[in-house]
Amino acid sequence: MKNIIIVALMFIGTVTFAQSKNAKASMEVDGVCGMCKARIEKACLNTKGVKFATWDIDTHQLDLIYDARKTNSEIIKNQVLAVGHDVQDTKATDEAYATVHACCKYRDEDVQDDHKAEEKEDN
Amino acid sequence: MKYIYYIILMLPLLMSSQDKITGMIMEANAKNEHIGLVGANIYWLDTTVGTVTNIDGKFTLSYKPEYKKLVISYVGFKTDTLTISDPKKMVHHWLQPTSDLGQVTVTSRKQTTAKSYLKAQNVITVSSDELLKAACCNLSESFETNPSIDVNFADAVSGTRQIKMLGLTSPYILIATENIPSIRGASQAYGLSFIPGTWVESIQITKGAGSVVNGFESIAGQINAELVKPSTDDKLFVNLYGATNERLELNTHFNTKVNDRWHTGLYVHGNTHNKKHDVNSDGFLDMPLFNQINLMNRWQYIDTQSGFVSFVNLKFLNDEKQMGELNFNPNTDKLTMNAWGSEIDTRRYELSGKFGYVNPEIPWQSLGVQTAFSSHKQDSYFGLNSYDIVHNSLYANAIYNSIISDSRHKIKTGISYTYDHYDELVNTTDYERTENSIGGFFEYSFDNLELLNLTAGIRIDHHNLLGTFITPRVHVRYSPWSKSAFRASFGRGKRSANIFTENQQLFATSRQINILNSGGDIYGLDPEIAWNYGVSYLQGFNLFGSKADITLDFYKTDFTNQVVVDWENSQEINFYNLEGKSYANSFQVEFNYNPFGHFDLRMAYKYYDVKTDYNSGRLERPLTPKNRVFVNVGYKTPQDEEQLGRWKFDATFNWLSDQRYTSTINNPAQYQLPERTPTVATLNAQITKVFSPKFEVYLGGENITNVRQPNPILGADDPFGANFDSTFVYGPIFGSMYYMGLRFRIK
Repeated sequence: MKNIIIVALMFIGTVTFAQSKNAKASMEVDGVCGMCKARIEKACLNTKGVKFATWDIDTHQLDLIYDARKTNSEIIKNQVLAVGHDVQDTKATDEAYATVHACCKYRDEDVQDDHKAEEKEDN
Repeated sequence: MKYIYYIILMLPLLMSSQDKITGMIMEANAKNEHIGLVGANIYWLDTTVGTVTNIDGKFTLSYKPEYKKLVISYVGFKTDTLTISDPKKMVHHWLQPTSDLGQVTVTSRKQTTAKSYLKAQNVITVSSDELLKAACCNLSESFETNPSIDVNFADAVSGTRQIKMLGLTSPYILIATENIPSIRGASQAYGLSFIPGTWVESIQITKGAGSVVNGFESIAGQINAELVKPSTDDKLFVNLYGATNERLELNTHFNTKVNDRWHTGLYVHGNTHNKKHDVNSDGFLDMPLFNQINLMNRWQYIDTQSGFVSFVNLKFLNDEKQMGELNFNPNTDKLTMNAWGSEIDTRRYELSGKFGYVNPEIPWQSLGVQTAFSSHKQDSYFGLNSYDIVHNSLYANAIYNSIISDSRHKIKTGISYTYDHYDELVNTTDYERTENSIGGFFEYSFDNLELLNLTAGIRIDHHNLLGTFITPRVHVRYSPWSKSAFRASFGRGKRSANIFTENQQLFATSRQINILNSGGDIYGLDPEIAWNYGVSYLQGFNLFGSKADITLDFYKTDFTNQVVVDWENSQEINFYNLEGKSYANSFQVEFNYNPFGHFDLRMAYKYYDVKTDYNSGRLERPLTPKNRVFVNVGYKTPQDEEQLGRWKFDATFNWLSDQRYTSTINNPAQYQLPERTPTVATLNAQITKVFSPKFEVYLGGENITNVRQPNPILGADDPFGANFDSTFVYGPIFGSMYYMGLRFRIK
């Protein structure tokens, strides 16, 4: 019986290990430019356990791969909020938003339009 | 009642027509052209509802209001997730390519030649658009619009162009095709002319030490040519080129999709020149007569689901050149004193393969294996000198990519193996040697996503003739403020010098060949070892409201040992190990400006200080100008939606300061040259008329101002005499030359 429990525990252990080592998640994060991208990705990667983070300027999609034994999407989300970026329906605090660079004030429509105009120019 | 039934039955049909979304997935490109990606995976996040794009990159997928996130993935491209708010709107999406197997191309600006603000290495990416600026013809000629590479003639008879980087000749540059070192050994002298320009998709030029992944041989830098891929190249491409000197070239590409996973392409290149020219009336051909057939067949395998990608390439080349006096007839005069003539016949077979696996679940994990086998045979004679070489080579490299803790810390590690067998016949002396090496490498790169990145690599190799040695290479980039990049690099390179094939011009002289050392393993000489150090500063800014950037580069190459090629005695050529110092310092300022739409200006100034301790004392490297000025202007008329046609204008100006001639002091007075050459300035220009995306015509001129070196061959009147020498070349031999051609493509 003891053996069975040990085997079962080991089995569970390996299964959870296999499942959680490279957990994936994605969320929508608001932002406007390459500077935002660096800030968002850095905030994620500075969270212990996050292995991979990319944020798309156009789609606002943040894709994550992390070690679920060390962190979870809620913690990562809070990290992103802490550097001043809104995540899905949760707004970053005004204090946090105040820290983003002037050109990254993504809530401001003028700033959004500026970046759109720049994109056009590049094309 | 019956009708109601019918209506109810039809309802789902009606509804289904709305419950679909359609769209097109395209490959990101500089012009936002609609280049469809076939076989991209599209699915709704967290569902099993998905499809793949068709041959045009288009797709149709069922839709339900609860589906919001559309995931688009494709091996070799970044996976994107789109939020669909309006299913009636057609989805148009461009996927960004990710880094290819074992190589990274960062194009941060949408220019034909892009300098990276983000990479640790000083990399210049030359796109196929830039390559079109000089319509001709093969890789050696495609650097004419690039200030970082100098293109010179190697000698006055063979018409071979020689490239230089940081003041050093091409043997010190690692030249690779698709990251497999390809122009080395026996193909060093003419190899660049064996890669047709239309086969090249883009070129990456890395100044300085380069990466350890591709081997230990590079000293001044690395040049990598990416070839066109069967899956993305035009279905049919035809390029026809004809010049006033009666040089004709034909390039055709055929690409086809075999099935969902296999694509194949057949690339055929032929060039011919059979007209004898002698504008300077020295009795010698100004340029060789030649015929070349060059074939390549590529197979590309892509399996998006499992993450496997693969390439298999087969190449065949046959090249024949004839040079020398106008009245030389190879059938009767070969190796006689009837007339001075020369023939170089080259035949080369190449088989290479690349196999890559990218873990679809874990995007940072990938494994790549590159292998190449080549057999290169050159039979040649130059007057009474004969030179034959057979070089068989095998190359294998396995690279594993992963991360440490998170994606800011990337690693590349792997092992490589090379085998080279050389069999040379220099007049009556046979030289045969086998080289093999096995090595392991580890490269770590750190990217803090904003200000700093660093690439540090080390490799250890065991080589049967060069011994066991360590090759470290480090690159750092730091951007303290916006649009800036400070770079620094250092690294070590080591190589065995193939003295005959790298200096083949020596055979077209009456010099006596001497190898002064005998203790070493390579022709009695020691391996070459050099350290390269570099710093660079790139700054982008706005000038009168338009984009501009300026780059300052300083690179220093210090040889610990070099095989000195000493031409200082006009009767001899001497090879010996360096005793003392040998260095190449280069400084370059480059300014790029885009004053108004579609007008580009590029200016560069270069200063070289290249000196070697010869047995006769420290001297400037011969035929290397101290100063060079380069200007390139390009203008394109705007292209609008209705009118597909446009004009493109391009002009390149080059000025070289005076260069040092090697000493001719012990020649009779009539065969003596001054100490230095005159300065030389050349101008090239090209006009392209694009009629439609399918068809364009170009017209151009090389050396429009008709500059010529008056007497490029010393002793042309007595080619079998003691003073015959065709290596004193500083400028164009043939005057101005005009060409035209067409390009036709079906996507």
